[in-house]
Amino acid sequence: MAPRIGVVLFPGSNCEHDVMEAVRALGGDAEILWHGDASLGQVDAVVVPGGFAHGDYLRPGAIARFSPVMGAVVDFAANGGPVLGICNGFQVLTEAGLLPGALQKNRGLKFLCTTVGLRVETTASVLTNQATVGDVLRVPINHFEGNYTCSPEVLEELRSGDRVVLRYVENPNGSVDDIAGITNEGRNVVGLMPHPERAMSDLLGSADGVPLLESFLSSASERAAQPA
Amino acid sequence: MLFSVQVEVSLRDGVADPQGATIERSLPHLGFDGVRGVRVGKSIRFDLESADEAAARAEVEDLCSRFLTNPVIETAEISLTAVDAAGSAS
Repeated sequence: MAPRIGVVLFPGSNCEHDVMEAVRALGGDAEILWHGDASLGQVDAVVVPGGFAHGDYLRPGAIARFSPVMGAVVDFAANGGPVLGICNGFQVLTEAGLLPGALQKNRGLKFLCTTVGLRVETTASVLTNQATVGDVLRVPINHFEGNYTCSPEVLEELRSGDRVVLRYVENPNGSVDDIAGITNEGRNVVGLMPHPERAMSDLLGSADGVPLLESFLSSASERAAQPA
Repeated sequence: MLFSVQVEVSLRDGVADPQGATIERSLPHLGFDGVRGVRVGKSIRFDLESADEAAARAEVEDLCSRFLTNPVIETAEISLTAVDAAGSAS
């Protein structure tokens, strides 16, 4: 049976249809999870997509984390459910405490809209289990506040725990240690600034998002196969 | 008691401030050559009904750490002023 992927929709999200399209292209089922609902239904995995949830007012993700749906996402993650935060979704997950650190304004203070090289650093995550360590993937970025930062202690935990999932080949935004994506201790929650759902076809520039989202769907299928 | 509250949110020392750096780099073009150490933050103002100043301060501190700031990169400086019913500082 196709895994069911729930895509959270906040007021101001704008990548939810891209994510659903990408999931369906890979054979998954995709459905919207409304931010005002406190239940995730029967989904096997959750994506928090990119955009500008609640207008990014105060800070990106600061208001979205209090949405009723986020309580359910936090419980789902605590229970081992696969959760992926892309771009603004990554910011929401850090604000919600599901991932450590924070995203601040890009070094150079420029909005970045370009395609970058990402090096796969570990395959022990829900986003990279079908990828190969050392592979360089070309994936678009599209952000103003993607400069990952954390305390030296957290950085040491991320490094020693093999929790840096993706690094930029050429650091575009000033992120500490070239970090583009990280995972939590349980390895079931991943956040990244680049947009794998926009790299699904060579015709449109790159298909390098495919192994990443295939990994996520594979984790969702595993979750679906577990007894409830 | 009604309190007028001002919260000044700023980036922690050591956290890079690209906005501040950009402003600082621009100032010499306008002839301001002596400006150093520009840091950009934000100011948030609101009124708060609370039993006394200690209770008001505790509530604002909680509000700041859970919502108004991201403690990973920001700190808050809180100013409280008691206001009388007419709305002016007492």
